[in-house]
Amino acid sequence: MITWIKGGEVIDTHSKTKKTLDIVIKKGKIERLLPPGNYNPPKDIDVKTIDASGMIVTPGLIDMHVHMREPGEEYKETIATGSQSAAAGGFTAVACMPNTNPINDSRSVTEFILERARKANLIRVYPVAAISMGSRSESLTEFGDLKQAGAVAVSDDGRPVTSSELMRRAIEYARFFGLPVISHCEDIDLSNRGVMHEGTISTKLGLQGIPAASEEIMVVREILLAKLTGYPVHIAHVSTEGSVKFIKQAKEEGISVTSETAPHYFSLDHRAVIDFDTNAKMYPPLREPRDVKAIRRGLSQGVIDVIATDHAPHSPIEKDVEFDKAAFGIIGLETALPLTLALVREGVMDLPEAIAKLSYNPASILSIKGGIIEEGKEADLTIIDLNKEYVVEKESFRSKSHNSPFVGVEMKGKAVLTMVGGGIVWESDEFNPRS
Amino acid sequence: MDQLSVSDINMILDTADSLMEISSRDIKKVPTLRGKSIVNFFYEPSTRTKASFEMAAKRLSADTLSLSATDSSMVKGETLIDTARNLQAMNPDIIILRHSSSGAPHLLARYVDAGIINAGDGMHEHPTQALLDLFTIRKKKGRIKGLKVVIIGDIAHSRVARSDIIGLRKMGAEVTVSGPPTMIPVDAESLGVKVVLDPAKAIKGKDVIMVLRIQLERQGRILFPSLREYSIFFGLNQELIRRAKKDVIIMHPGPINRGVEITGDLADGPFSVILDQVSNGVAIRMALLYLLIGGG
Repeated sequence: MITWIKGGEVIDTHSKTKKTLDIVIKKGKIERLLPPGNYNPPKDIDVKTIDASGMIVTPGLIDMHVHMREPGEEYKETIATGSQSAAAGGFTAVACMPNTNPINDSRSVTEFILERARKANLIRVYPVAAISMGSRSESLTEFGDLKQAGAVAVSDDGRPVTSSELMRRAIEYARFFGLPVISHCEDIDLSNRGVMHEGTISTKLGLQGIPAASEEIMVVREILLAKLTGYPVHIAHVSTEGSVKFIKQAKEEGISVTSETAPHYFSLDHRAVIDFDTNAKMYPPLREPRDVKAIRRGLSQGVIDVIATDHAPHSPIEKDVEFDKAAFGIIGLETALPLTLALVREGVMDLPEAIAKLSYNPASILSIKGGIIEEGKEADLTIIDLNKEYVVEKESFRSKSHNSPFVGVEMKGKAVLTMVGGGIVWESDEFNPRS
Repeated sequence: MDQLSVSDINMILDTADSLMEISSRDIKKVPTLRGKSIVNFFYEPSTRTKASFEMAAKRLSADTLSLSATDSSMVKGETLIDTARNLQAMNPDIIILRHSSSGAPHLLARYVDAGIINAGDGMHEHPTQALLDLFTIRKKKGRIKGLKVVIIGDIAHSRVARSDIIGLRKMGAEVTVSGPPTMIPVDAESLGVKVVLDPAKAIKGKDVIMVLRIQLERQGRILFPSLREYSIFFGLNQELIRRAKKDVIIMHPGPINRGVEITGDLADGPFSVILDQVSNGVAIRMALLYLLIGGG
């Protein structure tokens, strides 16, 4: 069978351009890319036609920072529901962080995750393994064995490596296996059990604050360790003006660091906490308007390479409680694309650049397939309706959890069809393109 | 205090004024709230505030029920919301909540129909303390507007300070905060106060001095090294008090650490209105209960 996606505007994430092209897909791969009107489908094979005129066709989106909660917290999310959520958000691949229960610090957990992903059979799931056993910052995990099992990177996300010596050795050792090292930058000691950004709002609400320096100290440490070891470090969820500044400097000096931010850091600031809304509680915390500005500038100047969601599902058990007792984190897979498209409309980035940050760039950092539409590549594609307007509703989330500060918010732009290896894994009800 | 307007505050203080007299009667009870039920729900230890609310409710003839964290199901792992729903099912008129988490009353209010009075939430607010402080100042000084007030101590972790600042600012007083830099919140000026770290300077020309309790057990040895050093550099003593106005009043929300944040002689001396605050507290709480459920 052949799938023929007709007349969509196709984003080239490499040359950062867009062109109206037909895409012909055969055996899960992109067979041909050609200008409209030039394709004569063979008569002897079934051809499924998808009319994408008026739509944008992008490489399947890739989220390099999610929490699937399986194994251990299946009541919040499973690999199956997380995959559904990802597909509905336009994502064809995700990298899932190791802070499950048990922590992904062994081949057996990595293999379990991949097995569950195969069963779910929707999107590509790439496990990120822990840096240290139990993420306890004491001893290294078996990077080689984990890589052979299918881990694509290492990180102690959520329980950052406190020992600088261990982090140095982790980066050096990862180099041998070519494993990317991802750092959740937080000086836990300086965070001092803080529950929101330290500033005027924490002062007003009497909530323990987390200073921006808690993140920045570790950003600087990782930059210096990247310099010391000569091997790249990827900085997760950048949220402060200072972090953007230090990463920019490092890049200018030729130190190999890459970085990501999450949509909430360019969409919201600490004022979202004012009614003690636990759906505005996450780590790093929502910062100040000037940090939001700096994050946007970092995205537009290429200091921040990737937009990743830090999708962190929690149930009402963790969220419908006192603010200081509530869990950190929000879901993001189904709101990342429209929030990013809002930045495009505001002129922060053009569309191909924004899509590159959601596909090509994370694929290059993790050395995984996808991120680009080219003949011969896997047919991982997302079709986007830029003009679709809607209000985010709790009930419409595919994720098992609903902890989002964007419920009730008006959005514009939506993934209407998501395709992995030539197979449709998500199709919006309103999108009925088959002719 | 954030939610109260100037006219709300004036109405509460005026009501307290008129109810004050009840507490000096021989038979200290009026039937105003007969048949109303009030739950005193204290998740955190409290002597003064709890006793004050209980006294206020009883003087108005309401039925009261007191729950504390240790004898509530919270120790059995019940969440605040579940406990609240259970209380709601018994249909009380008012729930008075003291809780160690900032914002706990806001959470509770989303789940119960009963009126909620915040008796102190985490480091956020303690509005009834601020109201009784305003009441005390107004009684002693005849006004609040234009007065110069200094608050000395752990401003960052004090709900009393936050509520007092909001209330005093709303009523037109000028507020200075003072204490070691480790105890001054980030961006303190955003609260509308002046920051003068050294109490010796901050006290100069003030009409009112509010002293906050210092707790070594809570503040550890990170915010300051010892009670001894605190009392030398930040404690209120006879020498410092001379820098204030001649008719200065000294306030303290209690309980006092004699010899730490204030010397014993000052706490008991002629400038001190600390015990007036306690008496006035009962009147303020009576006023609140009356205004909330006494009307119909």
